[in-house]
Amino acid sequence: MSRRIHVLPGFGLSLGYTLVYLSLIVLLPLSAVFLKTATLTLQQFWDVISAPRVLASFKLSFGAALLAAAINAVFGLMLAWCIVRYEFFGKKLIDALVDLPFALPTAVAGIALTALYAPNGWIGSLLAPHDIKVAFTPLGVLVALIFIGLPFVVRTVQPILEDMETELEEAAASLGAQRWQTFRHVILPTLAPALLTGFALAFARAVGEYGSVIFIAGNMPMVSEIAPLMIITKLEQYDYTGATAIAVAMLLISFALLLAINLLQGWNKKGKR
Amino acid sequence: MSAAAASLPVHVPVRTHRDYQASPATREASWVRWTLLALSLGFFALFLLLPLVAVFAEALRKGWGVYFAALVEPDAVASIKLTLLAAVIAVPLNLVFGIAAAWAIAKFEFRGKQFLITLIDLPFSVSPVIAGLIYVLVFGAQGWFGPWLQEHDVKILFAVPGIVLATIFVTFPFVARELIPLMEAQGREEEEAAIVLGASGWQAFWRVTLPNVKWGLLYGVILCNARAMGEFGAVSVVSGHIRGLTNTLPLHVEILYNEYNFAAAFAVASLLALLALVTLALKTYIESRQEYVA
Amino acid sequence: MSIEVRNIKKSFGEFHALGDVSLDFPSGELVALLGPSGCGKTTLLRIIAGLEFADSGQVLLEGEDASDTHVRERQVGFVFQHYALFRHLSVFENVAFGLRVKPRGQRPGEAAIRRKVRELLELVQLDFLAERYPSQLSGGQRQRIALARALAVEPRVLLLDEPFGALDAKVRKELRQWLRRLHDELHITSIFVTHDQEEALEVADRIVLMNHGKVEQVGTPQEVVERPGTDFVADFLDLDDHGPAWLVEAKIRHRGYSLRAANELERAA
Repeated sequence: MSRRIHVLPGFGLSLGYTLVYLSLIVLLPLSAVFLKTATLTLQQFWDVISAPRVLASFKLSFGAALLAAAINAVFGLMLAWCIVRYEFFGKKLIDALVDLPFALPTAVAGIALTALYAPNGWIGSLLAPHDIKVAFTPLGVLVALIFIGLPFVVRTVQPILEDMETELEEAAASLGAQRWQTFRHVILPTLAPALLTGFALAFARAVGEYGSVIFIAGNMPMVSEIAPLMIITKLEQYDYTGATAIAVAMLLISFALLLAINLLQGWNKKGKR
Repeated sequence: MSAAAASLPVHVPVRTHRDYQASPATREASWVRWTLLALSLGFFALFLLLPLVAVFAEALRKGWGVYFAALVEPDAVASIKLTLLAAVIAVPLNLVFGIAAAWAIAKFEFRGKQFLITLIDLPFSVSPVIAGLIYVLVFGAQGWFGPWLQEHDVKILFAVPGIVLATIFVTFPFVARELIPLMEAQGREEEEAAIVLGASGWQAFWRVTLPNVKWGLLYGVILCNARAMGEFGAVSVVSGHIRGLTNTLPLHVEILYNEYNFAAAFAVASLLALLALVTLALKTYIESRQEYVA
Repeated sequence: MSIEVRNIKKSFGEFHALGDVSLDFPSGELVALLGPSGCGKTTLLRIIAGLEFADSGQVLLEGEDASDTHVRERQVGFVFQHYALFRHLSVFENVAFGLRVKPRGQRPGEAAIRRKVRELLELVQLDFLAERYPSQLSGGQRQRIALARALAVEPRVLLLDEPFGALDAKVRKELRQWLRRLHDELHITSIFVTHDQEEALEVADRIVLMNHGKVEQVGTPQEVVERPGTDFVADFLDLDDHGPAWLVEAKIRHRGYSLRAANELERAA
């Protein structure tokens, strides 16, 4: 019996095309990384990624990304709150400009931040007298990662905040809660999953970020070299194996961290039910 | 790995405004309000606004003459052309892919759908440098196809095809991830209605599906284009940085900057910043349209 | 046109939606498929339309096996539960859609399309809404536009999935009397799916009672009320609780009455 299963046509064509294109552009090239690593012995792999310079770059990349995501979680929440709850001059413009880091090429962001925070820049010259150096230090890396991650937090929290029923807060107030208590026990728990998602997205983006960081970082070995730069350095020395090993380590660590965050979120949801 | 996958949360614009300040239950003390506003707007100005202003200020520091000279210089023009070329190839390819993927995923039921969506999102969770690296491993001299390509004198790496491929990779999910949730939410009843009324599959697609998702489609295309023209890390790895040949606009910015030709670097960068502003303006416009339609 | 289904079976995975259903729908009748949700009535309707395909069994339209005929060629009119109006098209263009997508040779000219759409909008008494968009209509108006759209291609049968399900009580009452009148005018073989026994008793010429993918009883409203075939039928029609069958009968008579009244009104007008 040869009967049509679907009334709408094009299932085979569209799914087939999707799978072929996905395989050619993404899956096959990506599998190259893992196949390349498979040619290494565990000892070789370990030697590459435990080299002090590589370890330092991992510490910087993951540490700065975590810190930047945490700072963005706080200020992103505040910004989203202000955009949703308050009326102020230029609000629409600010709402639109929050997405700037998505739209602005990272290299442009990189040189602009460097110009601002260099010792002779607008902000750098204000900090220099106090002996604070931002550009060409790990602090510069942090600044760039904050820039790149901010919209992730704002844009995941904002819709939840907009949809939140004011009845909840009114109920809390009617039960005698202070404004702060309402925020702490009613609003924040409602926003927590979105906030965590925004944090995770900002973190994931920051770990792999390259363009906006390399200009401001100064790229001093052991001090302000990020992990993606280590990959490039290895590639420039034609050390493909070394580059691949670092890439795989990066992918594995960020996947593990994100998996943990996903689990945390699932657990958080379950606890609520 | 859904958290890793999502990169651009779809932004639902502010809808019917509620007056939060009217009720004491949803209002903070005014000192709290002012502190929050001052902190977040200060943060916004410091991290987002100032860099944007700095681009244009630095670009014009040495006057309009130097500014325009930097833009019409042959290497700059070549990089503009290459950037446009990469976008003109990458965006339509990912557009067609996005439509095909959304059609299959949103209009049909099949096993492994969720897994497929995760795979489509994968390029968002891969560092741009790693995105470049994978093509080096495939097409490089020591790579899978390296020897074969060399034998037949085909250049992919450190040439235009490599740049285009890397651009396609990093912009891969943009259109698909706009369309999939949109088309899933719209269901398939309207297409079924069209078919019952005698429309062919193509007619149903052109006359019903496409008009219904056109704003979401445009949204995805605009974001895809912005990323395609602005990509730095992935393209940097596969480009080889040959002036006038394999330099895109962002790479040209880097070269000028590393040569301490700051005025020119920022002049070229200001072009990209303008592109970003146009992107944001279009995006905001589309969001207001979507709001209107919904 | 008559419709016949023979030995239709359909499962979704483990779930048996329809287990060996055979039915006859005589030409020109208005039939209700009545049953609780999940009884397979909508699946059966979609199989008749060609939107779903049975695992085994046949659908015969006018005595001809249509099981492998594509929905496009079956010439059925289908009214979706949530209407499925094209939201980006005006009411006029919604109704005109079926005419505009005809192959070039059979497509009527622009003037003919306009005339036809006007006629249909007048038939559903909504010609003043032609330029509106679906989002600007009320539920009852959407329902009638969906019907006009389905009728535009001159279907041989009309299939309606829970036609009044999404409407509030008052509009629902009005619309079902209106549907009955419309059917008396057009005499097109029609099947509608409902879970509301009152609706079925009031509107249909014949009722098919279904439960768990099986047909429990087929009969006129009078027959199923007076002689419920199974316990399920008696139970589902509420014949025990509301006890006296005369109450239900009154409802059926009420339909005849309102019908007469409508005809008289028309004559008077």
